[in-house]
Amino acid sequence: MDSRNFTYMFYGFATAWVVVIAYVVTLVARERKLIEEMKRLRHMIDSGESRT
Amino acid sequence: MREKLIYALAAVAALLLTRNLYQMFIGLPDEVLQGAIYRIIFFHVPAAFTFMTGALVSMLASILYLARKDFSADSVAAAVTEVALVFGFVNLLTGMIWARIIWGVWWAWDARLTFMLISCLMYAGYLMLRRSIEEPTQRARMSAVLSILTFPAVVITYKAIDWWRNQHPGPVLTFRTGGGTMDPGMEQVLWLNFLGILLFATVLMMVRMRQEEIRREIDGLRREAHAI
Repeated sequence: MDSRNFTYMFYGFATAWVVVIAYVVTLVARERKLIEEMKRLRHMIDSGESRT
Repeated sequence: MREKLIYALAAVAALLLTRNLYQMFIGLPDEVLQGAIYRIIFFHVPAAFTFMTGALVSMLASILYLARKDFSADSVAAAVTEVALVFGFVNLLTGMIWARIIWGVWWAWDARLTFMLISCLMYAGYLMLRRSIEEPTQRARMSAVLSILTFPAVVITYKAIDWWRNQHPGPVLTFRTGGGTMDPGMEQVLWLNFLGILLFATVLMMVRMRQEEIRREIDGLRREAHAI
């Protein structure tokens, strides 16, 4: 019982951190994508304006 | 300035959470009846409080948006709901792992657990609703209404252990019982961990808010690109 008790405590702590870290990773990836999209649009607008 | 604040808060949160981990494992003994597994409470309860704080902020920001039509209030509501939901799921999952040892089952359909699940699913619905509406004003208005309508489920979740006889343990913290049900040393670590998690959640919310601002800027750039 005691070793199982300790193992499940470890699972509990690990789960908490894994969920939070997975969210942080998606947050970072999303930010990178948004910044790239913003740069792409800015570049598109700048090149469009220089042509007109 | 905001960037520096994010890093400073993240550093304080990391230090506090590390200190708390040391206290949990080295400073505190096992609980007499539950053994080592009781330590899950140091994440389970602070995660629930972080979820509930986030839900409250989301509701207030949503009311502010509907009153003033201020898009920064909408950004706060969207950011805080998403971060709060992450901690809502941390609360549910850690609770299930604790229950497997103490109750012998992963889940029980009692009022506290069921309303927590309903609250999380409704906030997940809020995020899905935001993704499904393109027009920013309509998106902000509809999601503000949903956030306000969802908050009572969080209040019921909080009060469920007072209102109904549950499988879930009753209140143990001093501010709800008047004292005597939880060791003061353990309760202190629990509150300090809540502070650490809340600081960390604030950091995530600030990062998420910045993304909402970038997204609004992208909307503006797209309109400009279409005009050209």
